[in-house]
Amino acid sequence: MALAEKASSPLFYLRAQTQWRPVEIAFWLAVLLPYALFPNYLSLASQIAIAGMFALSLDLILGYAGIVSLGHAAFFGVGAYTAGLLSKHGWGEPVSGLVAAAIVAGLVGYATSFVICRFRHLALIMLTLGFGLLLAELANSLGWLTGGMDGLQGIHTWKLLGYFHFDLYGYTAFGYALAVLFVVFLFARRLIHSPFGLSLRGIRENFVRMPAIGAPSRSHIRTIYTIAAAIAGIAGALLTETTQTVSLDSLDLSRSADVLVMLVLGGAGRLYGGLVGAVIYMVARDQFSGIAPQYWYFWIGLLLVAVVILLPNGILGGLAKLALRGSRS
Amino acid sequence: MSAPALAARGLAKSFGSLVAASDIDIELPQGVRYALIGPNGAGKTTLINLMTGMLRPDAGRILLDDADITALPPDQRVRRGLVRTYQINSLFPHLTALESVTLAVCERSRAAQTWWRELSAYPREIEEAYEILCTLKLESVCYRLTRELAYGQQRLLEIALALATQPKVLLLDEPAAGVPREESTELFAAIAGLSRDITVLFIEHDVELVFRFASRIIVMVGGRVLVEGTAPEIAADPRVRAVYLGKTVNKIAAPAAGLPHE
Amino acid sequence: MLPPVFGVLFDGLAYGMLLFLLSVGQSVTLGMMNFINLAHCSFAMLGGYVTVGLMNRYGFSFFATLPCAFVVAAFVSIGFERTLFRRLYRASELDQVLLTVGIVFISIGVAAYFFGTDQQPLLLPAYLRDSLTFLGTRFAVYRLFLLGIALVITIVLVLVLEYTRFGARVRAAVDNERMARGLGINVDRTFAITFALGSGLAGLGGALAIEIVGLDPYFALTYLVYVLIVVSVGGLGSISGSFLAAIVLGISDIAGKYYVPQVGAFLIYLVMITLLMWRPLGLLGRR
Repeated sequence: MALAEKASSPLFYLRAQTQWRPVEIAFWLAVLLPYALFPNYLSLASQIAIAGMFALSLDLILGYAGIVSLGHAAFFGVGAYTAGLLSKHGWGEPVSGLVAAAIVAGLVGYATSFVICRFRHLALIMLTLGFGLLLAELANSLGWLTGGMDGLQGIHTWKLLGYFHFDLYGYTAFGYALAVLFVVFLFARRLIHSPFGLSLRGIRENFVRMPAIGAPSRSHIRTIYTIAAAIAGIAGALLTETTQTVSLDSLDLSRSADVLVMLVLGGAGRLYGGLVGAVIYMVARDQFSGIAPQYWYFWIGLLLVAVVILLPNGILGGLAKLALRGSRS
Repeated sequence: MSAPALAARGLAKSFGSLVAASDIDIELPQGVRYALIGPNGAGKTTLINLMTGMLRPDAGRILLDDADITALPPDQRVRRGLVRTYQINSLFPHLTALESVTLAVCERSRAAQTWWRELSAYPREIEEAYEILCTLKLESVCYRLTRELAYGQQRLLEIALALATQPKVLLLDEPAAGVPREESTELFAAIAGLSRDITVLFIEHDVELVFRFASRIIVMVGGRVLVEGTAPEIAADPRVRAVYLGKTVNKIAAPAAGLPHE
Repeated sequence: MLPPVFGVLFDGLAYGMLLFLLSVGQSVTLGMMNFINLAHCSFAMLGGYVTVGLMNRYGFSFFATLPCAFVVAAFVSIGFERTLFRRLYRASELDQVLLTVGIVFISIGVAAYFFGTDQQPLLLPAYLRDSLTFLGTRFAVYRLFLLGIALVITIVLVLVLEYTRFGARVRAAVDNERMARGLGINVDRTFAITFALGSGLAGLGGALAIEIVGLDPYFALTYLVYVLIVVSVGGLGSISGSFLAAIVLGISDIAGKYYVPQVGAFLIYLVMITLLMWRPLGLLGRR
């Protein structure tokens, strides 16, 4: 009974859990399709990639650590304005803009995480909502900095890597957004499969038990909240750089609500849920863009009710259940 | 003489007018198997909550290996080796048994703070988790989700989680609660098989199990310690019989005397 | 001649009373079942539209529409409670948030469909639109009326809670749901009745709010934030907590808009965050 032999089995099992599945590889090949199939929709495709990244960042705190946040757009907006302000004041280099946005948004996330980690339930939801609304109000009031209702003017993104010019058709923008999304995704994937990722799931599954096994839950929550904020900031900065504008709606409550809907639609806690949800939501919104906002939200409302009652784990959750049933029969 | 593994001095806790614990003075020597018994509402779980830091005492001190831990938060006490299990399972439903125990091991070894390396880069932790599951005979179900395990297996997983923290003192709150009779003896055999480096205190209502697996017994009534001693001493104590044990002890203590029993 | 601060205080008080009517139902039901119902203000909005509809299309008098607003909101809320909400009492907070937010969105769409997106016109009887002058300060009759109704309702609520069997059951269920069940109290039915009453009060509040803050399909969302602030700051399950928080919020909002208009709602959010951090269960909360 060689110890190594016994141990290789659980090790092998855990390693197998993290291997790339064929459907994942298919997904990442499929994301290149817009170049071939929808060349006129590349700017929409960029928006989808950005929304997917934003939803992924929310998944890290909601799907994996169980923190319901109604104010995640605050970090998106902070990142967007950071990149915008940098560009407006003369530094339009895209990649360093992302880094700066990640740092600033991460710092804001780190600061608020000290409050967030100490609360649960309704107080936590209200605090996230409060912080989001607070930041939005602040951005509105500091018109001299943010440009107020009109947004920031004079943003010009330099060539990517000194070579790729941001063209009108969005070829560069989409490639850029996709590349950043993929890198962020790899990072998130590694994080989920790390011991820290296991701790997050522990926090989500049974918060009360964590201190009883010696886990510093608050410290874990602060870490993931900071990381999620930084990623949301990168997504915001990407939006600024690819559209060369930034305005108050990057911090809006509706943006926080939209990303929540996207994540829930796709299925939280499944890494790909935010991406799938983003695709569906953004495509639908583009198709129905003629519809008045109050009717758009009517159908979203109906969808939310349907998802909660019928598909509580989102689309990916529903598919997983089907697959399980299929493999049993 | 070495310091007791765990000691409480003058512990007291009240909830308004309800006195849950008063004047608790106990010492658990190293390696001994203690049973904590008493009628419902005697304050047994409260005592465990006080010792683990889930409740703050109104008065008194708690000493772990001669160090005063009264002010420490729960997760720090766990780090020092004072661990408890729960009467009602408090597990991670959607984690597998292996993942649950690995989680506990990683938290202890501080591997849980690493977010940049994969879990499979920590074979030592995974091995250790697997070993623990083996000692509790759970290795055959280690890949199953916790929520899919049988109740008795879940109770064992409760203990596995506690063991993963490498406890010096283990407080078990009714470990066999809800487990059918045949399985509870097995469960206790697993507890009895634990290393003598660990001091164990368990709350239990089943008198047979208590007398079989505990070398010393503490009896609590109404928030106070009534008496403490070895199993035969407790069995013979008339106060204990009057309050709690009753007929069953008559059966065990004096079977040959032909005393009438129902 | 009274200094303008009295006028501001009076307006703030009236506004606070309005917020109280809108929030008290939410506070008690949250305290009892821990069910996060973000659609609460949709019922308020419904009450508002009932009043507008009955007055403008059927010629009801304003006072006659008020009990109708209450009753319709109460009934519709019971319909939702029986069919949808009760499935989620044991569900996660996220699911409760999502379901009720979905209902809010639906209600916005429905309201827009039947009434359009403009502010609803409301023609009150002349004496209600008048104002009294006292010590040189003008006091709007409508706000006096609002204060009066709200105080009467508050007194009735407190009396019911303290002196009736139903009130005793409500208090027991809020304090300790499991214990209450164990004592034989039908918590589900008590909750349903409380829920209906709370939504009815919200409907009444919505009807009374039209003159003060207007009515459009987004009412359900705009005032949701205020209600949530009142409830979380005041404390779940506490009528006096909601009362206190509503007055503080009402006066702060009006005073803020009067004295430091450039700051806007920033102050309110900051106050809420600070109070929540100090007392996460609310000022007078129990859970």
